[in-house]
Amino acid sequence: MALTNEIIRKTLIEKFGEQVYQWEEPYGMLTFTSDAEINLKVLQFLYDDPLLQFRFMTDLTAVHYPENKGKELAVVYHMHNLVDNVRIRYKVFVDILKPDVFSASALYSAANWMERETFDFYGVNFLGHPNLKRILNVDDMEYHPLRKEYPLEDQKRTDKDDEMFGRI
Amino acid sequence: MSQHQHINLPEGDLEKQTTTLNLGPTHPATHGVFQNIIELDGETVVSAEQTIGYIHRAFEKIAEHRPLYQITPLTDRLNYCSAPINNIGWHLTCEKLLGVKTPKRVDYLRVLIMELSRISDHLICNSIVGVDSGAFTGFLYVMQYRELIYEIYEEICGSRLTTNMGRIGGFERNFSDQAWIKIEKFIKEWPAVLKEFNDLFIRNRIFMDRTIGVGAISAERAVNYGFVGPNLRAAGVDYDVRVHTPYSSYEDFEFNIPVGSKGDSYDRFLVRDQEMWQSYEIIKQAYQKLQEFKGAEAEVYHADVPEYYLPDKKDVYTSMEALIFHFKIIMGETKMPKGEVYSAVEGANGELGFYLISDGSRAPYRLHFRRPSFIYYQAYSEMTKGGMLADAIITMSSMNLIAGEMDA
Repeated sequence: MALTNEIIRKTLIEKFGEQVYQWEEPYGMLTFTSDAEINLKVLQFLYDDPLLQFRFMTDLTAVHYPENKGKELAVVYHMHNLVDNVRIRYKVFVDILKPDVFSASALYSAANWMERETFDFYGVNFLGHPNLKRILNVDDMEYHPLRKEYPLEDQKRTDKDDEMFGRI
Repeated sequence: MSQHQHINLPEGDLEKQTTTLNLGPTHPATHGVFQNIIELDGETVVSAEQTIGYIHRAFEKIAEHRPLYQITPLTDRLNYCSAPINNIGWHLTCEKLLGVKTPKRVDYLRVLIMELSRISDHLICNSIVGVDSGAFTGFLYVMQYRELIYEIYEEICGSRLTTNMGRIGGFERNFSDQAWIKIEKFIKEWPAVLKEFNDLFIRNRIFMDRTIGVGAISAERAVNYGFVGPNLRAAGVDYDVRVHTPYSSYEDFEFNIPVGSKGDSYDRFLVRDQEMWQSYEIIKQAYQKLQEFKGAEAEVYHADVPEYYLPDKKDVYTSMEALIFHFKIIMGETKMPKGEVYSAVEGANGELGFYLISDGSRAPYRLHFRRPSFIYYQAYSEMTKGGMLADAIITMSSMNLIAGEMDA
């Protein structure tokens, strides 16, 4: 029996009930959300369950939604079941003032650097990470540059005057 | 000094007997700008700590301010050994978001180019493994044919390394006659070259001794570490995006997925080598299939999507619609659907993913590159632990670490 999105959804709802929500299927990929407190439980279940077997972490990143008050940062996991060849996307939203998410690096070694990268660019604090420090930016950087409040360029630059298209 | 003498020293004085060796950021053995701080006990590696980010260029931030077609040149600079795969992977992501369906001929042209770039990438990786194990000849010998591949790119898009090839919906122009002549030359001459390259290495006793069992990783650990591409397949997991999630009509082609068993440097070398043979088969098939298009069909090189496909320059000057669409695309006024899409291609290093969120504005709301070598490089410490320093170098080159891809 092939693993379909419907089965994944049922299995997860059976286990977590109301704690997993916002079920969507953009472009065919099952997407759902849970509270940030249970992210490791969900990931552990996705990993261990004999039916689901999401043992491959394809991607881990974050997205900043400044308008989404109290839940500004979304941590997005892309998981892959290599046996049935199914992908899912799993999100948790956290407050930007207290961006605490449990680290998945003990479960997936791949998550180690991806979490460091996410911390580096968005400041998501991965609790329990063995070595949570910046990875691509310099260590003494004081901000998390991919957050939306930081413009692409230094706005104080005077050598660039572009009336037609404006500054970005 | 025949008698073994036991010297009693106060405790603590000799605790640190290891040597710290800085490999990189500009060491010739790293073949790119990244650093390894290796802790050595004699010649044995105790631990390795990687530092990356020396050529971080904030592509994800830049991409949030650029219309789709201006992001293509950024993707060039990820894995610059096989830029066309990145370009086409990005176009496929856009097409998935925009719902553009490409004609078969475009798909086959893309497959042809992607497999050529896979060959050029694997060729560099494998010959660099040779260089690092002391065999320089292979490297010099195959350069000629990488050059030929670059000439083919040049005929198609005008540039060689950072190609910026293609558009959303297809290519910017049809392949020229010169391009076809060069592709035919490649198809004719390549097997003999690769055969000779194989003869230099595969059963070479010195090379085998240097690479077998070096930098091995088990299938389970490789999956856990997020390995993809040849490195994962060398460990024995037959995961290939081309087969598991076919894109660009890969389902029309017959090819095998070579897998290794030990996951060591020798297996990685062999898997890449066999993939070059398979890529060659795909190129031949694609060439055959492309010959079958006749008449007007043989002139198709892009999908009919004027809203997204940048029109020909001569049309811009002569036709009203082309002028309008040209203006709209350049000014970033094209309609973008809202949505989020993850699309992956089998890059030369494995699954190269693009996670794109569009909020309907001219630029992506968020674009994240899943860069394979960034993710699997973190296993380097585990793979080299307990081995010799010289083996650590070979492990590094056989993993095909590309600094541009790691840092994005």
